[in-house]
Amino acid sequence: MTGNEKTVESTHTGSDILIREKLVAKLEKLMEEHDYDRSALLEVLQKAQEIFGYLDRKILILIAERLHVAPSQVYGAATFYNFFRLRKPGEHIITPCMGTACYVKGAGEILVAIERELGVERGKSTPDGRVTLFITRCIGACAMAPNVIVDDEVIGKATKEGVLERIKKFAGGEN
Amino acid sequence: MAEEEREKQKRFRYRINVCCSSSCISLGALKVLKSFERAVKELGLEDQCKVARTGCPGTCSAGPVVLIEPGDYFYEGVTPESAREIVEEHVIRGIPLKRFLYSVPEFFSKQKRLVLRNAGKMDPLDIREYISRGGYAALVKCLTKMSEDDVINEVFKSGLRGRGGAGFQTGQKWKFVSKAAGSPKYIIGNLDEGDPGVFANRTLAEADPHAIIEGMIIASYALKAEKGYLYTRAEYPLAIETLKKAIQQAKSLGLLGEKILGTDLNFDLELRLGAGAFIAGEETAILASIEGMRAMPRPRPPYPASSGLWGKPTLIQNVETLANIPLIVLNGGEWFSKIGVPHCPGTKCFSLTGKIKNPGLIEVPMGITLKEVVFEIGGGVPDGRRFKAVLVGGPSGGCLPESQLHLPIDYESLTKAGAIMGSGGIVVLDDESCMVDTAKFFIDFCVDESCGKCTPCRVGLVKVRKILERIGHAKGVEKDIDLLAKVGEYIKEASLCGLGQTAPNPVLTTIRYFKEEYMAHILDKKCPTGRCDMGAEGS
Repeated sequence: MTGNEKTVESTHTGSDILIREKLVAKLEKLMEEHDYDRSALLEVLQKAQEIFGYLDRKILILIAERLHVAPSQVYGAATFYNFFRLRKPGEHIITPCMGTACYVKGAGEILVAIERELGVERGKSTPDGRVTLFITRCIGACAMAPNVIVDDEVIGKATKEGVLERIKKFAGGEN
Repeated sequence: MAEEEREKQKRFRYRINVCCSSSCISLGALKVLKSFERAVKELGLEDQCKVARTGCPGTCSAGPVVLIEPGDYFYEGVTPESAREIVEEHVIRGIPLKRFLYSVPEFFSKQKRLVLRNAGKMDPLDIREYISRGGYAALVKCLTKMSEDDVINEVFKSGLRGRGGAGFQTGQKWKFVSKAAGSPKYIIGNLDEGDPGVFANRTLAEADPHAIIEGMIIASYALKAEKGYLYTRAEYPLAIETLKKAIQQAKSLGLLGEKILGTDLNFDLELRLGAGAFIAGEETAILASIEGMRAMPRPRPPYPASSGLWGKPTLIQNVETLANIPLIVLNGGEWFSKIGVPHCPGTKCFSLTGKIKNPGLIEVPMGITLKEVVFEIGGGVPDGRRFKAVLVGGPSGGCLPESQLHLPIDYESLTKAGAIMGSGGIVVLDDESCMVDTAKFFIDFCVDESCGKCTPCRVGLVKVRKILERIGHAKGVEKDIDLLAKVGEYIKEASLCGLGQTAPNPVLTTIRYFKEEYMAHILDKKCPTGRCDMGAEGS
């Protein structure tokens, strides 16, 4: 669920605003289905991230208004759960799994290798903004450890070399 | 309907089950499924051969896995290209193709599959298949032959204990909720499997969603609760998809919703997604999360049984516990209480991972020893390395050495040894693993996942991490070991919830069983395994 293809740029041309309005309407529909009940907050945040690719300030404030929750509480929930992103991710997202089984099978070394290759730490994007490195704490595919998720594809029994090769492809400008 | 479906299934001479769990899909199982369908069609065998999309039989590392019935022939590492050959040999000539047969029959040798009764043999997206295998018969029995109290008594008699980790008597919990004043009452199915290295709940949901749903409907009948939530992780997309479809199918057959099967029972079941927080599986934190807040635990009492969701009586049960319920209703509590060991009846699913020959998901009777699990079912340590330790119970479990492998697996024995049952993670470490670094890895995880509400856990775990870092950076002193033990004990005693109460376990058990390794880091400034290269960031 990267939502990259639908991510909204922050430029303000007329068509962008139109697109954004359409996407907001989608979110609005979900909130309406839940009768604007505050207990739907997590669902709404998940949907918003699916639609926009990440949760920007404006969206958080809009959700707070609609569900009659203080913005601090919405922000509190968005920062509490690992799944939510408050910054726009790159076109490509690399997520090594750092669960126990993956760690035992050498995920730590793979992570260090990726950090070196990209020149960024976990949670950050490359300077050109194209690639983002996250970590996850177990996707439940432990028998295939170590796992690395590249965009939406899970690579099981991953090797340092295999993952770096994939990354080099991005760096070469291929998608 | 069950009869009709059974008749339909009987027409087929062979049934080809293609595992399409998350793991196998990542290895190309969907292509394998298509090529089997194509091969059966091209060879004109559609009348005798049923190709089914199933969940995981447990042998995850050997995927893509195909199970051919009758005879339970397991094929491993199947490719789309080999599908036709397997059909030609196995179905037409009746000779199993040795080249692909699963090579470790001992993996199933000591298992007893109750919760996973249908896993790998049934299409989870077809409710009729579940019904033909005896599904929903327990619900019908409840609605036609049993009072609410009868159901609760059977569960009580069975001796079933919570499979989420704490091991509380399920029947006792049901009695509490049943007697609690206040309405409406709620039921929560806990599928927030946040422990890294554990995937039993995910596999169950992907392979047999109706077992969970049926357990929840039976609970709703017994406790007169009309609303239920199934709380699962957003990291499990296939499980979510499967559960959604299963709920829809159950609704369309009148098994969920209003006037279930024409009786007065109403039960509305809703799927709720977590968003990546280990703590959300804790029973009071899950309540906060469903109410749309940060998943932070609150002090108990009041227990959720009397004051849970929105202050109403709430039954919270792990989905593995729930999947046992239909079997207990059908076969009686008495029958269940004789499986496993008397104080801890039934079976338990374990996720077997790490440095082990046959990783995967197993289900074994309680009371089996760790040795049997690691060496007989798991096949021991691969690549000629030596066994060093087994981590039982997830990131807040304990690291147990070889001397403890004789232990029977039950809540009390594991706790006595310094581990916990937890949600059933067993991770094997070989002699390449540095125990100090391993302990630090788990503390890192718990620091990340601590919700920050109570001071012992929030501050104490960071202190523990600092000491471990110091030792790792060759700056440790001898009294650090006592300090770690002391701070660890304080955190255990003073924390608000299960996370803090168990988080120090990996540190305490590695000190207890592998003290010499700490000493080597501190006195010789050297890691005996050479793994953590003293100061390099291992994780």
